Amino acid sequence: MLDTVIHVILLLVMPPLLIGVINKTKAWFGGRVGPPLLQLYYDIFKLMRKSMVLSDTTTWIFVAAPLVTLAAVLVAGLLVPLGHAHAPISFVGDLILFAYLFGLARFLTTAAALDTGSSFEGMGASREVTFACFSEPALFFAFLVLAKISGSLTLSDILRATVDVSVTASAPLILIAIGLFVVLLAENCRIPVDDPNTHLELTMIHEVMVLDHSGPLLGVILYAASLKLFVLGGVLLHIITPSYAAMRWFDWPLFMVQMVCLAAAVGVVESVMARLQMRHVPYLLVFALISCGFGFLLLIR
Amino acid sequence: MWQVCTGAGSQFIQLPWFLPWGHFSVAADPVSIFFLVPVFIIPTLGSLYGWEYWKHSDHPQSGRRIILSYGFLAGAMALVVLARDGVLFLIVWECMAVSAYFAATAEENNPDVRQAGWVYLIATHMGTLCLLAMFALWRHATGSFGLEAAQAIPGGLAGSIFVLALIGFGFKAGLMPVHVWLPGAHANAPSHVSAVMSGVMLKMGIYGIVRMTALLPIGEAWWGAALLVVGAVSAMVGIAFAMGQRDIKRLLAYSSIENIGIVAMGLGLALLGRSFGRPELIALGLGGALFHVWNHSLFKSLLFFNAGAVIHAAHTRDMDRLGGLAKQMPRVASLFFAGAVAISALPPLNGFAGEWLLYLGFFRGLDQSMGKAGAAVGLAAVVLASVGAMVLACFVKAFGSVFLGSPRSDTMRHINDPHRSMLIPMVLLTAGCLGLGLVPMAAAPMLEKAVQAWSGSEQLLNISFLAAFAPLPSISAVGLLFVVIVAAFIAVAIRLIQTNPPCKAPTWDCGYSRPTARIQYTGTSFVQSLVRLFRFVLLPKFINPALRGYFPERTQFRVVIIDVVLDRFAVPLFHASGRFFSSLRIMQQGHTHLYLMYIVSIVLILMMLGSL
Repeated sequence: MLDTVIHVILLLVMPPLLIGVINKTKAWFGGRVGPPLLQLYYDIFKLMRKSMVLSDTTTWIFVAAPLVTLAAVLVAGLLVPLGHAHAPISFVGDLILFAYLFGLARFLTTAAALDTGSSFEGMGASREVTFACFSEPALFFAFLVLAKISGSLTLSDILRATVDVSVTASAPLILIAIGLFVVLLAENCRIPVDDPNTHLELTMIHEVMVLDHSGPLLGVILYAASLKLFVLGGVLLHIITPSYAAMRWFDWPLFMVQMVCLAAAVGVVESVMARLQMRHVPYLLVFALISCGFGFLLLIR
Repeated sequence: MWQVCTGAGSQFIQLPWFLPWGHFSVAADPVSIFFLVPVFIIPTLGSLYGWEYWKHSDHPQSGRRIILSYGFLAGAMALVVLARDGVLFLIVWECMAVSAYFAATAEENNPDVRQAGWVYLIATHMGTLCLLAMFALWRHATGSFGLEAAQAIPGGLAGSIFVLALIGFGFKAGLMPVHVWLPGAHANAPSHVSAVMSGVMLKMGIYGIVRMTALLPIGEAWWGAALLVVGAVSAMVGIAFAMGQRDIKRLLAYSSIENIGIVAMGLGLALLGRSFGRPELIALGLGGALFHVWNHSLFKSLLFFNAGAVIHAAHTRDMDRLGGLAKQMPRVASLFFAGAVAISALPPLNGFAGEWLLYLGFFRGLDQSMGKAGAAVGLAAVVLASVGAMVLACFVKAFGSVFLGSPRSDTMRHINDPHRSMLIPMVLLTAGCLGLGLVPMAAAPMLEKAVQAWSGSEQLLNISFLAAFAPLPSISAVGLLFVVIVAAFIAVAIRLIQTNPPCKAPTWDCGYSRPTARIQYTGTSFVQSLVRLFRFVLLPKFINPALRGYFPERTQFRVVIIDVVLDRFAVPLFHASGRFFSSLRIMQQGHTHLYLMYIVSIVLILMMLGSL
């Protein structure tokens, strides 16, 4: 019960911190001071108090999209085990629900982008759905590997079982960890796939889709985006980090440290890499797909 | 009928019959009942819809013809699932095919409609030809035309019957590559007829495969593998083609091929489960496939009704000329949204619940006991996932380019939501999608009965196995939780909007001071990068204008996507065979006495051969 409470509190409170960590890392690499660690919290609070500007072209989809997206990512966050604890909600086959909740979020976000009638936002939506056609199968290859290793179809079991596997199974795990890291970068629209800091580049996906959102809706979008990073990061951490100690007072801080380290790693990637040309992004995603696919092949050989 | 639903076995009726072969025998068992549900619901809603959509006063020529053939179609489909005799089956099958032809070609003055009708007639009769051969083999193997479970059929014979059934019924179901008739017929038929053809008539092909595989003895593993591969190809290629379409009804038609492919994948899994003796694969594969049959008839009919409402009002099927209809037709837009979310298999609607069962089955095939075959089954989950991502792109495109943004032409500004009699069927179908999505357990009892009747497996008898293999109540609990969270957010948002009212402004114009609606992303541009990715199957023709000089001439960019199988293979083949056989016209001189002579000489030859 206590674990569940901690899980929910961390899920609600921690995500914007990750963006702060990423930005601090990037600032450190660039030799700058950078924005405060808690900047995204301030931004969200500021945005929530503002009023909205809605475009004449838009319909209810435009308002509903951020809300449904946030709800979908929140429910997905309840399905993922964080640290050593069992997820608050888990049942056989919840991993498919997990993947499809992100699909629902994608549907609404891209529809809202088309709702504005702006060709710029339509372009972002088009890229989002195109790249999902690569990341989705990569994710399912990873799920196949995890399900095969753990012999279970519950996220809580398949992710926590991977902690203690033999050496033979660790090669596929390394491959899918690489693939999932790329999927994490792509799904959260980080460099090298997308640059979250620009607003008028011809190479953008997520930022360009939410260009017309303002006020509380934009706050919800920013928060949901950080939450998505947190939830997908939670999945990835289970594959790449060592075992937990099964002691509550130790595991939760350990998990938080790991999450911060993951955010720092994302920051490092963003600092040392340039954004890819848009037409090269599919190659990166195909690389992720192949990496996960080879992980599966290694396992069933 | 209720007794069958509640599990008291099947009801059987046999009546005297004047034909030399077969009997008039009909029976209702759980599988038939399961398929009867859409057969009864969708045409009923469709006729309510058609009342306003195809008004008699607007179409005095074809109104009566549609009413008659539509009724015949519905009745014939009901008899198809009830027939228990090969001869009777073929007769009602043919009634169904022919009445569908007459219903679909109502606008026979339009050359496109006539062309689609011809292709449909040829395809359906090629399918029937395979079925004739199949029933002949069946009679040879079992000694009668009766459709009762066969005890033992030699492997090769059973395999041939299976392949003939797969091709024959595949024509009707629209599996790749024998789908050629489907897009044209669905696109050119009146929308309520398209809804019935896509929502119900395609399922008759699926029913045939389900029925025949139930009657045949347990087959070898390649049966299931064949269905799995055919299904995966249909799903992938079908949705790739759907993405490329500009015509909204053609898009929906290709998406039906994709959905039938998913159903076939489920059936393949069930067959594999039967040959490997794995009851949970049978339950999840067939359960998921049958659930998807219901789901598809709900949301595809809904989408065809919606598309019909749009076409009725806007008089065009070209999505790139529509746009911004959500303002003029808010109800149709919301209902289309629900249908699009459902068909993209997104929670909490019914499409997800069905595909979830299939995913569970594919993941379960992965364990040791099936060896390498298991790994192939696992791959099916990856195929399904990429199909899912493409369906999402396809339906965001359809919804976005028809209903969202601003209108792409001025004629769109004066249209309204349709009459109530067209809206009510759509509302009911949406309610069905929501209901089955949030409470999928409601379908479980009928689903379980049907799976038990199909498999005949001892381990599946008399237990509610779906609960054991797939915890549907959990799906429904999470779905409800999701709905509650969304409702809470909406309440908060409404509060916020009331305290801090939003101001209206035009969409940010990216610095172009005079934007027009024509520069919006169209459906074609939305999927352009995906179409380029699937260049190897779609073979799109990009007609790129070259802009030269400072004042380039007026020019056009076009993307043309043709049906590869129909236009590159079937039509050239037919033309070639037509040229070849036209030399036989020498025999057809138009003189009756010549024909009589042919008959006499053939009879003589046959008699001589017989006496040898």
